[in-house]
Amino acid sequence: MEWYLPVIWAALIGTAVVMYVILDGFDLGIGILFPFARNERERDQMMRSVAPFWDGNETWLVLGGGGLWVAFPKAYAVVMPALYLPVIVMLLALVFRGIAFEFRTVSRSKTWLNVAFSVGSTVAAFAQGIILGGLIQGIQVRDGAFAGGTFDWATPFAFLCGLSLIAGYGLLGATWLALKTEGPVGDRARSQAKMLLLSVLVFMAAVSLWTPLTQPRIAERWFSLPNFYFLWPIPVITALTAYLAWHWIETGREVPPFLATIVLFLLGFLGLVISNFPYLVPPSLTVWDTAAAPASQIFMLLGTLLLLPIILGYVGFIYWLFRGKVREGESYH
Amino acid sequence: MDFDPVLLARLQFAFTIIFHIIFPSFTIGLSAYIATLGAMWIRSGNDRYQHLMRFWTKIFAVSFAMGVVSGIVLSYQFGTNWSRFSVAVGNVIGPLIGYEVLSAFFLEATFLGVLLFGINRVPPWLYVLSAAIVAIGTAISAFWILSANSWMQTPNGHELRGGIAYPADWLAVIFNPSFPYRFAHMLNAAYLTTGFVVLAVGARYLIAGRYIEEGRTMLRMAIGLTAILAPLQLFLGDQHGLNTLKHQPIKVAAMEAHWDGSKPGDFHIFAWPDEKTAENRFAISIPHGSSLILTHHMNGLFPGLNSVSASERPPVVIVFFGFRIMLAIGFFMITAALFGAFLWWRGTLFDTRWYLQLMAQCWWVGFVAVIAGWVVTESGRQPWIVQGVLRTADATSPVPGATIAGTLVLFVIAYGVVFSFGIYYINRLIAQGPTGPTAEETGHFSANPISAAHEAGRTAVGRT
Ligand code: HDD
Ligand code: HEM
Ligand code: HEM
Repeated sequence: MEWYLPVIWAALIGTAVVMYVILDGFDLGIGILFPFARNERERDQMMRSVAPFWDGNETWLVLGGGGLWVAFPKAYAVVMPALYLPVIVMLLALVFRGIAFEFRTVSRSKTWLNVAFSVGSTVAAFAQGIILGGLIQGIQVRDGAFAGGTFDWATPFAFLCGLSLIAGYGLLGATWLALKTEGPVGDRARSQAKMLLLSVLVFMAAVSLWTPLTQPRIAERWFSLPNFYFLWPIPVITALTAYLAWHWIETGREVPPFLATIVLFLLGFLGLVISNFPYLVPPSLTVWDTAAAPASQIFMLLGTLLLLPIILGYVGFIYWLFRGKVREGESYH
Repeated sequence: MDFDPVLLARLQFAFTIIFHIIFPSFTIGLSAYIATLGAMWIRSGNDRYQHLMRFWTKIFAVSFAMGVVSGIVLSYQFGTNWSRFSVAVGNVIGPLIGYEVLSAFFLEATFLGVLLFGINRVPPWLYVLSAAIVAIGTAISAFWILSANSWMQTPNGHELRGGIAYPADWLAVIFNPSFPYRFAHMLNAAYLTTGFVVLAVGARYLIAGRYIEEGRTMLRMAIGLTAILAPLQLFLGDQHGLNTLKHQPIKVAAMEAHWDGSKPGDFHIFAWPDEKTAENRFAISIPHGSSLILTHHMNGLFPGLNSVSASERPPVVIVFFGFRIMLAIGFFMITAALFGAFLWWRGTLFDTRWYLQLMAQCWWVGFVAVIAGWVVTESGRQPWIVQGVLRTADATSPVPGATIAGTLVLFVIAYGVVFSFGIYYINRLIAQGPTGPTAEETGHFSANPISAAHEAGRTAVGRT
């Protein structure tokens, strides 16, 4: 058995998930910040800053989910039923926010579509946080299948993760707006970014303390020696990044706060990987337990190695094409 | 209350996928139509094609969004509702869908951005090329998903070990026996569906006396297309049916409501197949018709439903009527398209009011035929989810029926709302009609569209 294939696939799916979280994160973040816009022109401007990208951003979600199925069918088959309700709620929320983009340009009255967009985005973020929390706190498995109840995921910890992700996506959205928009929207985004940065730090601290306190295996991963010698820089770098982000927002820089937020997300993700590897379905199924047949993983790997660079190429092209600021009142289609 | 989780999972999947397929049936065809209009614009420099292109692109955007969001739901339902299916055949089907994401979805989604927002930022050739790439992306998407579905109908190139399918020969998996037929038939169905929508919109404008020139162009293009594709669909469908007879004879028996395989089959124009007594009631039939179609002999024999026990039969009534609905619409399309071509040849196409009035009402026929066709295909495979490999009853997730019922209700409400508004907005766009460039763009597009657009494109690409 090729032991390394599942590790490569875990890394690839991790990449897809990170891409999704960052790209759709700022996109959902716009929806989370939507209620704070003052008028239709501002809302148009906010939406316009993500309109050419949202569909591509969401496709990473399909790749993450589809990739999990391709490479780790047994994990997919446990996780989806276990997190059935949060997954379906997330999908429905994405339906409403997704159609809002196009419907809003046609509709005369925008009120309900604004609600669909912002509530959809916020609920999707919250549900994704719950999914994450539900995974971290562990899923009950018997004979390789999900063996728990419909509401097993509904714990205070999962709700905390849900709120954390709302704050995190909000921060990504705010720093994106600061980068992409001019006028009052950009100014407001900068002050929102500071508030959101603080709350993200509080949430990160809370989640980082809560997990080792309730999950002995995670406590042992971090605090046993010699692991701790290697791992202590992670929280330190996180604090440093947060400090820099704050500083850059204060001094009105445009690109660095967004990048620093991305680094914060990457660090959070690294923390999760350290806590849970090699489990894909904590606390029982590892990447090797759940891997697809090697022939399937190899077939798909070839295609991925060929196509992923091309995809990154044209995704990069479209971000370049729509570079620059969106002004207030700039038209839609 | 007692809920049957298998039945509910099937209902939920059927509902969400029927909702989804409405949009691909339209966006696959419409993206190709938009790209064609773009090519004609570039070639002729005629503004009318550009207006038409922009007009249909707005409608495309609304439909595409609904297609995307409902598709994302589906891709997760394999895990939420069919987790044992995902494990049993994931090794084989998973990569096909993975390839669809990598080769089609990113392509469509990215170049859609250029198509919707890029007109002032890219030169015309790149704009039209983006439209073509979107169209190609939708066809690639159909390629992979239909390969996956065809494998479920006619599995090939795999080995079964311990109830789990393992790939043995990828080419045999992808190009499984029913795939070429299904791919051709479905792609053609999408182009036909769109053709009839364009025809209806063109007819609407001529009747109303608005956008006469645009309406005529739509009418000519739609009739030119459907007059070829509608008869072609009959041929493709016939070949498809012969292939199905070879691999899934019981499905064909259900389509024809043919019970007793020891006698030649009649073609029932109408009948009520009674599954309890294994007979047809109220049958109006063409004697030996089915035998003639399927075996090309008056007295040819093909398997009947009675050759398997009742529990191995698909739901006959659904399959039988689904097939008849598709056929009826297929023949209606052939008649309508050929008659339109005849009027065009006579030079009276734009003045034959009754024909225009009828066609203006018939925008929906393709959608119904597509759904009916899929219901035949999928219900006809029952009780199997993967023919001969996995039964539907063994494929569900360990999720209680009440949970599925609750989310099914949510889907029905949410999709009901989205669909009603979607139709309403598309109608609104059609009523607004293909107007010229909006005020904001007239600055960019002067009398000579190509050179002006070139210039606009250049300044846009050069601007930071
Ligand atoms: C014959 C064509 C066809 C069929 C049978 C299906 N689809 Fe589909 N799908 C498309 C043709 C298509 C498309 C033409 O590529 C879409 C339609 C909406 C859209 O307008 O793009 C699309 C969109 C679409 C998306 C969103 C892509 C994006 O993010 O841009 C997903 C995830 C799926 N589909 C998944 C599925 C699944 C899981 C199906 C079956 C179980 C399925 N589709 C059946
Ligand atoms: C006019 C004569 C037609 C014939 C003889 C015909 C024949 C068939 C047959 C035999 C099947 C079932 C194949 C199987 O399950 O294995 C099928 C499926 C289907 N048909 Fe048709 N068809 C016709 C017209 C149409 C039209 C007009 C449309 C739509 C515009 C259409 C759309 C479909 C679709 C979407 C399917 C399901 C996918 C597939 O299995 O290919 N058909 N058709
Ligand atoms: C897009 C066009 C399609 C339509 C309209 C469609 C329609 C349906 C319907 C009506 C059912 C319920 C059948 C029954 O239970 O009697 C069903 C079941 C199912 N179909 Fe399809 N189908 C389509 C394509 C696909 C594709 C492309 C796949 C997979 C790659 C697929 C996989 C399934 C599965 C997993 C089920 C559930 C099990 C079952 O009841 O057979 N379908 N579909």
